[in-house]
Amino acid sequence: MTSFVLNGKAVTVDDDPATPLLWVLRDSLGLTGTKFGCGMALCGACTVHLDGQAIRSCVAPLSRVEGKRVTTIEGLSNNLSHPLQRAWMEVDVPQCGYCQSGQIMSAAVLLRENPKPTDKAIDEAMSGNICRCGTYPRIRRAIQRAAQMAAEKRTP
Amino acid sequence: MSRANEMTFVGRRDFLKTSATLSAGLCIAAYVPELAAASPESSGKGFAPNAFLRIAPDDTVTVIANHSEMGQGPYTSLPMLVNEELEADWSKIKVESAPVDAAYNHTVFNMQMTGGSTSTPSEWERLRRMGAMARVMLVQAAAQQWNVDPATCHVKKGMVIHNVAGKRASYGSLVEAASKLTPPQSVPLKDPKDFTLIGKPVHRLDTPSKVDGTAQFGLDVRVPGMLFALVARPPVFGGKVASVDSAETLKIPGVRFVEQIPSGVAVIAERYWAAKQGRDKLKISWDEGENAQLSTEKMIEEFSRLSASPGNVAKKTGDPVAALAGAAKTITAEYDVPYLAHAMMEPLNCVVDLRADNCEIWTGTQFQTVDRLNAAKVAGLPPEKVQIHTTLLGGGFGRRANPVSDFVVEAVHVAKVAKAPVKVVWTREDDLAGGWYRPMWHDRFTAGLDAHGNPIAWTHTIVGQSIMQGTLFEGFTVKDGVDGTSVEGAADLLYGIPNLQVDLHSPKIGVPVQWWRSVGHSHNGFSVEGFFDEVAHAGGKDPYELRLKLLADQPRMSAVLRLAAEKAGWGKPLPAGQGRGIATHFSFDSYVAQVVEASVEKSGNVRVHRVVCAVDCGRAINPDTVEAQMEGGVIFGLTAALKTEITLGRGRVQQKNFHDYQMLRMFESPAIEVYIMPSEENPTGVGEPGVPPVAPALTNAIFAATGKRVRRLPIRASDLAGGSEGKS
Repeated sequence: MTSFVLNGKAVTVDDDPATPLLWVLRDSLGLTGTKFGCGMALCGACTVHLDGQAIRSCVAPLSRVEGKRVTTIEGLSNNLSHPLQRAWMEVDVPQCGYCQSGQIMSAAVLLRENPKPTDKAIDEAMSGNICRCGTYPRIRRAIQRAAQMAAEKRTP
Repeated sequence: MSRANEMTFVGRRDFLKTSATLSAGLCIAAYVPELAAASPESSGKGFAPNAFLRIAPDDTVTVIANHSEMGQGPYTSLPMLVNEELEADWSKIKVESAPVDAAYNHTVFNMQMTGGSTSTPSEWERLRRMGAMARVMLVQAAAQQWNVDPATCHVKKGMVIHNVAGKRASYGSLVEAASKLTPPQSVPLKDPKDFTLIGKPVHRLDTPSKVDGTAQFGLDVRVPGMLFALVARPPVFGGKVASVDSAETLKIPGVRFVEQIPSGVAVIAERYWAAKQGRDKLKISWDEGENAQLSTEKMIEEFSRLSASPGNVAKKTGDPVAALAGAAKTITAEYDVPYLAHAMMEPLNCVVDLRADNCEIWTGTQFQTVDRLNAAKVAGLPPEKVQIHTTLLGGGFGRRANPVSDFVVEAVHVAKVAKAPVKVVWTREDDLAGGWYRPMWHDRFTAGLDAHGNPIAWTHTIVGQSIMQGTLFEGFTVKDGVDGTSVEGAADLLYGIPNLQVDLHSPKIGVPVQWWRSVGHSHNGFSVEGFFDEVAHAGGKDPYELRLKLLADQPRMSAVLRLAAEKAGWGKPLPAGQGRGIATHFSFDSYVAQVVEASVEKSGNVRVHRVVCAVDCGRAINPDTVEAQMEGGVIFGLTAALKTEITLGRGRVQQKNFHDYQMLRMFESPAIEVYIMPSEENPTGVGEPGVPPVAPALTNAIFAATGKRVRRLPIRASDLAGGSEGKS
């Protein structure tokens, strides 16, 4: 049995502790917003937060999250209200959309650590996430826009 | 991708024009498939005037999309076509994927499919008529209730309004009355000058679900009692299982069965991870067959040898042999591009629930009609007993329109042995090694220039596998030994060169190949526009000016070329070390010109700074989607130019995952500017035309920066060592 906090709620699962977190989330817990793209931490589609840090859940064994906090795209907000979600909608970033959960989860950590990122900082933080449709220019724009929205919220 | 190209032979542009009159046919449209009419919200009380939309009493309008959403935007652009005429409240529009039914066949290709950059162009007239039909009936229903002349009513944002009588009724309130009316035999369409939705940037309807994790892709489907399967496939194309030792596999907790199927060995388990671990433990000996000696190096040599003599003639104008003999100067060059995998972010997958007398399939497919027929054969059921639920596609690029339905057929085979609903999942390694690639190509060009440096002769010999031979499309795509998709973008060269020959060799090789975003244009765009640049330089001409001159009778292409050059500042100085390259390409009835600014580091590493793209795709339905598709096309094309190749050694694919089949990443992604030419022509392709020009515009920019001509993709740093400083 492995216990952890998932999107703010305590959960316990009896999967083999060596199972990658990705498949526990998707197949055992039914949270399919986190995506499978490569299985080798090469594409970032499976990015989730572990105690606030972005990790690749496809290579993180379940045992690693025991007693910790995991946040997935489903836990980012419950009403599309996160600045990144709002910015993503305003800019219409997604095309096929498959990689976007991972993109947003990577961007969320970037913005928390660097609320006003330069394009260069964005490139550095986001280059672990592949988008085959080629939405990179819009991701850059949307992150800048989300940073702006978050700043407006902080200084009303 | 895909089947638009066969129209090379039947005159695709003419076909699309006439299809407007052939299409729709209200008699077909008024028929409503049972599955489309049924819905939870309508519970039988909705109004479904035709196969493409349904209005519920709560005013919800469900548009039934017969083209798959793989990022290119039909789940927004198709409802826009419907609602331009329907004039419902846009916020009440929902989209649902169509079941498989003849009512949803492509208006040109007469089968249900998504490809050839035709989703919106092919529905341009039909869906507006479907929306208009519903509006006319709703107005009639209201007019009857109010006892007024329908002509005195108007509609606005989901309401029928009669000003004089002071009456208003929402569409939802009229569904029951409208359902009792006979559909009109003909409906007028708006004058385009009255459009309120078409031509305006509209937010995509699918975006919210793609930013909160609720979007349902094939891989996310779950049905009760479902098992998971992975298939071990042969390491060499065409290989067969000789023997299997599954003892270790069966020890993995959760593994249920190991079964041989035609494509390999299926490991069926309670969970993905158990199936994966189980497959890793299989010990299979393979009968590798005749393809075990295939090697890319040998194939390149063989292709080059073939290109030394002309192949089957695809196009001949004037007398190129005589013109070359009389030319003041001739130049010749050979170009190479590799096999490419589609590498959609969502690996292939398919859920099958096979029962005694019917079969349900959930998958992200571009090829519903073909998949249903192929699945039915394997299931031993009549096609109408097989239903396909089309999910969102995590990328398609052509791979999900497989001519033999490989990933669907295999899943039906697995379901037969699993005796339970089953989801077959491909890993990234399975995807990259799984074949069905964009073919590798070799091109040999010779051009003759007159004393003034103008090209007077052009010969182009193309060598590569046919994607159509052996498929059910062969009959209308292969003519006189020439697969039209192999020579598209080459045989229909827009430049006015008086003596021209394009010919083709189609060697047969045991590597499965198929359409890949922009199909034949993906290679001919590169080689033709690269060699054209060589011709310009050989004649001492500016590559932009020469293009413009030879496009004198091509007003639409000339216009986008001028627009791209102007926006890019063609001819203006660039920072030291940077070069500018230009290319044009006509594909899927759209005109695109691109200018790339690039530099080359001393290591030979290429940096792309800026891409300017001008496009004429007729009337842009949703300009924001057009822009997004051009941006995406540029990045897709840059990945092919700079990064990817599938190679074979001892018959084995040598690339495994994204570490050795690398995608362009954000730090390598240039600034991209898109300019859409205003147009009142009918809409043309958008999903693919952005891809072909970017590789040649880049290699032409590299030539401008370094003096080095790149003639093979992907671009290799080792070919460019010395960088921009090396320019002589």
